[in-house]
Amino acid sequence: MSTSETSTPRGATAAVADPATTPSKPERPAVGPGSRRDGWIRRGPLLPALIFTIVVTQLPFLFTIYYSTQSWNLVNPGSQRFVGFDNYLTVFTDSQFRGVALNSIVLTLGSVLIAVVLGLAIALLLNRSFPGRGLIRTLIITPFLITPVAGALIWQTVMFDPTYGLVNFVLGPFGAGTTDWISSYPRAAVIVALVWQWTPFMMLLLLAGLGSQPPEVVEAARMDGAGGFAVFREVTLPHLRRFIELGVVLGAIYLVNTFDTIYMMTQGGPGTASANLPFYIYQRAFLGFDIGESAAMGVVTVIATIIVATLALRLIFRSFSTEEA
Amino acid sequence: MTAVSDDTRTTPDTDTPARPKGRLTGTLLTVLAWIVGIGFFFPVLWMVLTAFKQERDAYTDPPTLFFTPTLDQFAGVFGGGVTPYLLNSLFATLMSTALVLLLGTPAAFALSLRRVKRTQDVLFFFISTKMLPIVAAIVPIYVAVNFIGALDNIWTLVVLYTAMNLPIAVWMMRSFFLEVPKELLEAASMDGASLWRSLREVVLPIISPGMAATALICMIFSWNEFFFAVNLTASQAATVPVYLVGFITSEGLYFASLCAAATVAALPVVIIGWVAQNKLVQGLSFGAVK
Repeated sequence: MSTSETSTPRGATAAVADPATTPSKPERPAVGPGSRRDGWIRRGPLLPALIFTIVVTQLPFLFTIYYSTQSWNLVNPGSQRFVGFDNYLTVFTDSQFRGVALNSIVLTLGSVLIAVVLGLAIALLLNRSFPGRGLIRTLIITPFLITPVAGALIWQTVMFDPTYGLVNFVLGPFGAGTTDWISSYPRAAVIVALVWQWTPFMMLLLLAGLGSQPPEVVEAARMDGAGGFAVFREVTLPHLRRFIELGVVLGAIYLVNTFDTIYMMTQGGPGTASANLPFYIYQRAFLGFDIGESAAMGVVTVIATIIVATLALRLIFRSFSTEEA
Repeated sequence: MTAVSDDTRTTPDTDTPARPKGRLTGTLLTVLAWIVGIGFFFPVLWMVLTAFKQERDAYTDPPTLFFTPTLDQFAGVFGGGVTPYLLNSLFATLMSTALVLLLGTPAAFALSLRRVKRTQDVLFFFISTKMLPIVAAIVPIYVAVNFIGALDNIWTLVVLYTAMNLPIAVWMMRSFFLEVPKELLEAASMDGASLWRSLREVVLPIISPGMAATALICMIFSWNEFFFAVNLTASQAATVPVYLVGFITSEGLYFASLCAAATVAALPVVIIGWVAQNKLVQGLSFGAVK
């Protein structure tokens, strides 16, 4: 919607810019006459993917909207009937839902931001040659590759177990001998596991960003007498901005949907203290069998996400088009 | 490691006196990098070590580093029937990745080398499907899959994983197609090469590393996927992450056998990722920059 305005000028500039860069080349009609049939031939390769995506991802959502207007609990077959916006009223007056929504924000933002900052620090650390660099990078990316369910299991048992866990063994001398981290600090425990899992991704992305930085620019800045930190702030950080933005957006997309880590580590508990929206909706639908209400929650979640995502996508598109300019 | 840093200290003897301080910082940074790397890896290392322990060695306070390794836990995991789950995961991963490439490559081609109207809108649409929480669609998906009798069917996961990875793949592969120099394509068409021939002989060799990176990322996400698998499969089509959950509920918390199961679940993707990490970096950076 908002992009339709941006796409027109961009397409126009591309059409103008092309002949300008290669003046000797005739023009684009060489590929075909701009006929309607030609348009379909051009579009043809795109259609299977487009249609597949629409059918699998968009149709279900239309049904979600429909279900959200129904009173429908799978425990009472035949109880399905139209109730209008009743489910939405229930959702908005449900204080648990509000708490869970807040959890979603805290878990997503907390993990993404910590992962990006840590990832940046590690990327800077690895962006120099030293003995064992390849091995260290390999070790660090491992958490990103590990099945999240297995990762959550590691944190739940091997690391955070109150009696046999390594965390309490290490922190024992500081008086944390018997803390049950997961039940005492469930959100923090989940964030730790998520940060561990996503920092490597951010590190890889930012390391690639650092690799694409022309060394001459840094060299020149140093010649001009800039110190290490000044070079970082004035040269490296602006160069990395697009990579950081991309990391934040991609991380947020995936982390807002976090389900496995919560399912394994805390089951959303105690109570709903560490449940996020995906987990809570899953509980209502598959454990509470309340199709109507969970559908309404789904719709509310989607609307909230669309608002946030539109802002985020503006960011991406802006950074993508500035790159081409 | 110390030997190497000693080397660097002794060789450039003729260097300026300003150097020693920089060298010391460098050594400290290297040590720090090693500590960070081992720190990130340690939970995994501990999991693998525990998988080779007997249960009594796994439950010690303080934790033991020295023990007689045993394959009992792995034997237990494979004896306990992990194999069908592994095969399901493998099938869903390979099939969905193949489908993603089959559908995504032409789409990325159309969105990059050919001029399609409203390219930006289409790209926006693809990526917007990733923005929508899957939970908002799971109820109707469950109802629909149930209706056509495809619950606990591996093809259901194949279709859903394809839809899950296709947007990312289109975005990544489009960026690789944009890498192909326009002049090369023009030259090929001047020489009278058909579209197919120039695709096969000019474009494909250039983008094949990118396609490999895309495939790799799709495989990682498919192998590790849990939400669809746990909600839409039961016994026939369940994948490895679902096995892990079932394993815990049936076995209780036995650290060593749990760690063996988790190791088996994680190992395939970890090995692929290690081997192809350069491709991974390349894929991510290409996808990010262009």
